[in-house]
Amino acid sequence: MAHPGVLDAPAAPAPLPTIPLSELAPFALFGSLLALVLLYFVGAEQGAVSLVAGSNVHEFVHDARHLLGFPCH
Amino acid sequence: MVRTLLIRGMLVGVAAAVLAFVVAKVFGESQVGLAIAFEAAHEAPGAPAEPEVVSRTVQSTIGLFTGLLAFGVAVGGLFSLAYAVAQGRLGALRARTTAGLVALAGFAGMYLLPSLKYPANPPAVGNPDTIADRTSLYFAAMLIALAVVAGGFVAARRLAPRFGSWDAALLALAGGLVVIGLAYYALPAADETPEGFPADVLWRFRVDSLAIQATLWATVGLLFGALTERANRPAPVRAPGATPVSTLVGEAPTAPGGSPVATGA
Repeated sequence: MAHPGVLDAPAAPAPLPTIPLSELAPFALFGSLLALVLLYFVGAEQGAVSLVAGSNVHEFVHDARHLLGFPCH
Repeated sequence: MVRTLLIRGMLVGVAAAVLAFVVAKVFGESQVGLAIAFEAAHEAPGAPAEPEVVSRTVQSTIGLFTGLLAFGVAVGGLFSLAYAVAQGRLGALRARTTAGLVALAGFAGMYLLPSLKYPANPPAVGNPDTIADRTSLYFAAMLIALAVVAGGFVAARRLAPRFGSWDAALLALAGGLVVIGLAYYALPAADETPEGFPADVLWRFRVDSLAIQATLWATVGLLFGALTERANRPAPVRAPGATPVSTLVGEAPTAPGGSPVATGA
């Protein structure tokens, strides 16, 4: 056995590779914007601000909005 | 790499939304029903009935699920991007430990801390005239909490060489709590529970809301961590003489330079 220490030391993991921030930036920007739009529709549309007329969006996600902790009405 | 993580995060968000839906259905919906019953019983006599745009049945099933699904996918995607930043930057942690920490931070920043100042309210609680202010304040509290959590990680990383990982984490935590405390002291309170609203319903609703969010974030963190560990597992060693298999480039957790890094804690 060349490296017995490696086998009986499962607590020392190989360090995980870091992903360069420059590679992450476009994903982070686009992903965050998309996620914010989704959060907005679940959390705030037709409450304080309204992009779509009426109250269908608000009423449809009504229970999720309350139970997830967003102010609803 | 980022693509894989992002897809994994969104799929894990779907699974988390399904589990959160079960918790919401079994526990939360009964309290929503009680709150709506209170609202109906306390409307001004003779007031015109509000037109029901979407039926209660739709709201409490497909509407609830759709809302949770959208939230779960958004949270899963954001989580995976945060994980991509954190991976390998929080000391020598395993993938599942990193995922667990990032999920805990997200849960604290996006739900737990904001809800300590502006707790979840069932229907009938909250004045419709102040919805604009309450929404802005809630999102402001969320932004502050997320900034403090992210700042805490950066601070802990900077302090780690001088104080060691554990003490650095405690110092960052203490600093973060002070900032959050000051911010919450400065933000206005929102006390709009109507006279006579049952305290038990309010309490149970808030506990259920906490349970739903905790279920969602725990599923995201733990499932994402487990899947990432499985994907990072090195390819099985072939018997000598077998045809060499090309390993996945960039996926195998080989130590660059080959030197083991001290755990630091």
